Amino acid sequence: MQTAENRWFETTNYNFAFLDEGSKREIRRKTLKAVAIPGYQVPFASRELPIGRGWGTGGLQLTLSLIGKKDCLKVIDQGNDDSVNAVSIRRLVMETTGVTTTEETGEATLIQTRHRIPEETLREDQILILQVPQPEPLRRVEPSEEVTRRQHAEMDYSAKWLQLYENIVKWGNITIGADYPVMVQQRYLMAPSPIPRWDNPKIHQANYLSLYGAGREKKIYAIPPYTDVVSLHFEDYPFEVESFTGKACRHCGSTHTFLDEITDERTGEKLYQCSDTAYCKKRQKEQRGTEVSHGN
Amino acid sequence: MAIEPLQMSKGMTESIEKEIPLVTVKGLSKQFGSGCEYCSTPSHEEKEGNRCKHCGSIWAVRDIDFELYPGEILGVVGESGSGKSTMIRSLFLDEEVTNGSMTVSTYNKGKINIFNASAQQKRYIRNHVMGMVYQNPYLGLRMTFSSSGNIAEKLIAADNFHVGKIRERASELLDKVEIPISRMDEPPKNFSGGMQQRVQISKALANNPPLLLLDEVTTGLDLSVQAKVLDLIRSLQRELNVAMIVVSHDLGVIRMLADRTMVLRQGLVVEKGLTDQILEDPQHPYTQLLVHSLL
Ligand SMILES: Nc1ncnc2c1ncn2[C@@H]1O[C@H](COP(=O)(O)OP(=O)(O)O)[C@@H](O)[C@H]1O
Ligand SMILES: [Mg+2]
Ligand SMILES: [Zn+2]
Repeated sequence: MQTAENRWFETTNYNFAFLDEGSKREIRRKTLKAVAIPGYQVPFASRELPIGRGWGTGGLQLTLSLIGKKDCLKVIDQGNDDSVNAVSIRRLVMETTGVTTTEETGEATLIQTRHRIPEETLREDQILILQVPQPEPLRRVEPSEEVTRRQHAEMDYSAKWLQLYENIVKWGNITIGADYPVMVQQRYLMAPSPIPRWDNPKIHQANYLSLYGAGREKKIYAIPPYTDVVSLHFEDYPFEVESFTGKACRHCGSTHTFLDEITDERTGEKLYQCSDTAYCKKRQKEQRGTEVSHGN
Repeated sequence: MAIEPLQMSKGMTESIEKEIPLVTVKGLSKQFGSGCEYCSTPSHEEKEGNRCKHCGSIWAVRDIDFELYPGEILGVVGESGSGKSTMIRSLFLDEEVTNGSMTVSTYNKGKINIFNASAQQKRYIRNHVMGMVYQNPYLGLRMTFSSSGNIAEKLIAADNFHVGKIRERASELLDKVEIPISRMDEPPKNFSGGMQQRVQISKALANNPPLLLLDEVTTGLDLSVQAKVLDLIRSLQRELNVAMIVVSHDLGVIRMLADRTMVLRQGLVVEKGLTDQILEDPQHPYTQLLVHSLL
């Protein structure tokens, strides 16, 4: 439990969830607009927070504007609940709201995340909030905001397709790893944030709401439940997720999750483990539980 | 139409009357500058020039009317600053026109003034109905992308999402403009000026548009290269039966390519007719000057 002594600042001087009610309402209004136009980037007046821009302030503002006293929050950074970034975001929300937090995906009502979507399938009553460094999927092929805005309006995405084509010509396949572009509801091209390709299929027809916040770029976008989300692909070059054939998590033995590769410093051996640590721990616990229940 | 029926056989009149123009342009005007009460409409007086004495605005193109028939080549000739590029950029919807209408018979049965089309319609028109070849290849090509990719961009814009088929079509097009297939994945920046214009032409033709617009395609190229590019344009026109508007300051280029010609001066059409007739018997003093300097 946090105590008043080790708080960063006197929270009584601040409103519930740090932001003033006007700012929260404004962010919620923009969020509603984003939900109404799936995949469309809605500009918003990004607020100053006691965390540097580019450190998840877009996601944090969404969390702060949505969170209520009864919510339970989970914060993940690249699949991990314990990173400095995840911890400081969690602390800020806890100290300014007093809500409970959790590492268990199933317990959370709000999940703020960077670079991963939990392996455990979310429920309709959960909301996923993704931190976004670069919301514009066309930025790499078109530097001008004015032009990309027009391209979205006209659904002119041939420049992005051209990037994929050039990949194939140069390397024999599409080389985009994370942040692989998707078409949302056959209308808007969208950056799913730097999640691995592994996570892209999870957002297609998902039964929960996903919100995307870019603090530095001042954009909010959303994927409401049951929305079509299709990763760009050519007819003869299908979209593929990362392959971990022949590999398994060294902790829980999983062969159906996104694995991180690590090198054993002593032996130089390549080892694999679940990137979603909460999911991995849950599996380990279940496996121990089964063993115990055998004894009963 | 001012046709003298007595001088023509019955068959000829019929065939002319029956043919529907591919492109009909009426009252095309383009003003640069905000204009003022003295220059709210373009003057038709040649003496007056195209620049407003009061506010400095320029009527770069003044009230141009013309028709273009399927498969025909129309030449537009005039000195530098006469409004040729402004006219052709307006036709390709690069430039917002001040006044006028343009219809294309193959687009919405010629019922839509494409100058007023929505942004999405305009994009469709630029990808399917016409192709453009700019004097400066940097305007028409992505210089650092592969040449096949430049064509692919057009094909993708027309909803082709099969890499194998895209590459097949790209090599067919590059072959037509005599770029070796072995170089199809090289970027145009590696190519000579003549080759870049060829790539631009193949890109402009990617989706088989019925209309091709060419702005000073050969200007700046070596004479021997110029001749080859002009030959290519002529043979493409015959093979594909694509209608063209060819703009040049060089009457020699127009003579080689155009069936009919318009002479542009300070934004006004001062003479138009069959190219041969204009060359043999120019009516306007300015055209006479152009023709005599050619000889
Ligand atoms: N973007 C522009 N802004 C202002 N004036 C322009 C612009 N483009 C062209 N003009 C003017 O319009 C006239 C016609 O130019 P242009 O169409 O380029 O002629 P051409 O292609 O025959 O040389 C010139 O007087 C030119 O200075
Ligand atoms: Mg010009
Ligand atoms: Zn004026």
